[in-house]
Amino acid sequence: MSTSDQLIIFDNVSKFYGEILGVNRVNLQIAPGITSLVGPNGAGKSTLMNLMTGLLRPTRGSISILGIPTDQPERLFRKVGYCTQFDSFPRGMTGREFLNSFLLVHGYDRKRVNELSQLALERVNLVEAADRKVAGYSKGMRQRIRLAQSIAHEPAVLILDEPLNGLDPMVRSETIALFRKLAAEGLHLIISSHILHEVDMMSDRVVLLNNGYIVAEGNIHGVRDEMEEHPMQILIRCDQPAQLAAYVFAQDHVVEARLHDDRRGLFIKTRDADRFYLMLNHAVAEGEVNIESIAPVDDDLSAVYQYLIGTSGGSA
Amino acid sequence: MSSAIDVVQTKSDNVPGNWSLWLRQIGAIFRMEIEKNFLSRRSLLIYLIAFLPLFPLTILALITPPGREWKDFNQYSVIYSFIYNAFIMRTLVFFGSAWIFMNLFRGELVDRSLHYYFLSAVRREVLVVGKYISGLATSILLFTATTVIAMLLLYFPHFYSQSVRYFTEGRGLTQLLTYAGITMLACLGYGAFFLFIGLFVRNPIIPAVLLYGWEWLNFLLPPLLKKISVIHYLNSLVPVPMSEGPFAVVAEPTPAYIAIPSMLVVTILVLILAAYRIRHMEIRYGSD
Repeated sequence: MSTSDQLIIFDNVSKFYGEILGVNRVNLQIAPGITSLVGPNGAGKSTLMNLMTGLLRPTRGSISILGIPTDQPERLFRKVGYCTQFDSFPRGMTGREFLNSFLLVHGYDRKRVNELSQLALERVNLVEAADRKVAGYSKGMRQRIRLAQSIAHEPAVLILDEPLNGLDPMVRSETIALFRKLAAEGLHLIISSHILHEVDMMSDRVVLLNNGYIVAEGNIHGVRDEMEEHPMQILIRCDQPAQLAAYVFAQDHVVEARLHDDRRGLFIKTRDADRFYLMLNHAVAEGEVNIESIAPVDDDLSAVYQYLIGTSGGSA
Repeated sequence: MSSAIDVVQTKSDNVPGNWSLWLRQIGAIFRMEIEKNFLSRRSLLIYLIAFLPLFPLTILALITPPGREWKDFNQYSVIYSFIYNAFIMRTLVFFGSAWIFMNLFRGELVDRSLHYYFLSAVRREVLVVGKYISGLATSILLFTATTVIAMLLLYFPHFYSQSVRYFTEGRGLTQLLTYAGITMLACLGYGAFFLFIGLFVRNPIIPAVLLYGWEWLNFLLPPLLKKISVIHYLNSLVPVPMSEGPFAVVAEPTPAYIAIPSMLVVTILVLILAAYRIRHMEIRYGSD
């Protein structure tokens, strides 16, 4: 099996809606694991997902998923499941009928269809409501039945557009656990979400989008490390913060050292976190200071998002 | 790739090969669509259209209208020809097919549910065939039933014993079957056309009315232009031709051995174009 058969590949992909830009010059290679698409409304997240699943055609460039071009749905959706944001369903169906109907369209026989739909319903914890009409479902239940529909045929690539929307905290955490389990089984999960701390918690890598362009991609800490124009902020809790401040400020990579308001800690900003941690180890070894805790302050997705996109990320 | 993915792929690929897969998929699409065609709220209009001629014919069964032609059994084939040509074929089958076939895709765009089909591992050409066959089955069942019931309802109440003889020993049964066959052919032709139109036009009423006008004005058109219509071929097959009035441009009817294959070929061509369109279609509900 070649490498391209294991990756989702965007090759110089652009999409325009008439004169309006959807996404532009996207080059991406996505490996198995959980990849999150993050960006404000209109950044191009859903466009990217719709392009990946052939619901939209690229204006330029090409996309392949595990080696399959996206204009071949008959092959593509043997491997891919997509939970869209469209909160609409065929009329008059129960949850189970909804799953069964489209599994039959996939071409499975009835026995297999019943097995697969039952398994999917169990995975999203919707067995009890399965024989009720979807029209009577709550928003969270509709979200879960859509999720069940996207995983029912056991795809190798799962694309989820805001899959946690409308879920209560309990179901939310169960769903995140399900995503982790699927990723551990070797699936590709591509998730868009506007809740940054959840994205941060579950993602192996992120793709940050803004105005149709990819502004950063990769492991979130790796992305943070590469942002040299924004020195890394670290909070050190210790017994002698003032002494430590004098010690670290002598280092050329430390650009700022500021005492915490309670005077029991020190904020520092450094351009080279690795060298800073090494230096701190020396200070501790030499008995200069007793450290209680060290925590990066802006080494998470929210901070990266704020630096790169310029908002708090609340509506991403 | 990890063994976990290989396992998933093996499971996902566990479906039969091409033809048997396509037939199974067409069956699944057909079942889903036929349920929608017959049991959804949209189907109420279809029932109304299909059974519309049965209301006046039921009243006519109870009272004999004035006029000599209603008392002459031999005139009934001419009366039915008029009812069939003007009312059933040109209007009910036409607008009924428009409603059924345009909704196959347009209705799903309005309901924002077409993407579920597009996200299934099914060739979009297979989707077109499955939906078209479901529309065809619906329209044929309803409008053929109307054609048959309307004819029986016209003949039997007033001339029962003559009608029994006419349909068992005379030309009645042949005419009945011919009218039913023409209805089926009309569903086939109009169905393909309206399915195709439904893929392009947001408001299907306008092209439907334009085509309706073209079909009605067919009697005024020169012979060559007459052939660019469905009604010309259907008219050629009618067992008792309807008079088209003093201004009609007379043209030779197309023989059945040309009319029927021509309709079938045009239907297939239109379906191929529809399949091509669906193959390249994007889902953008906002702009639909």
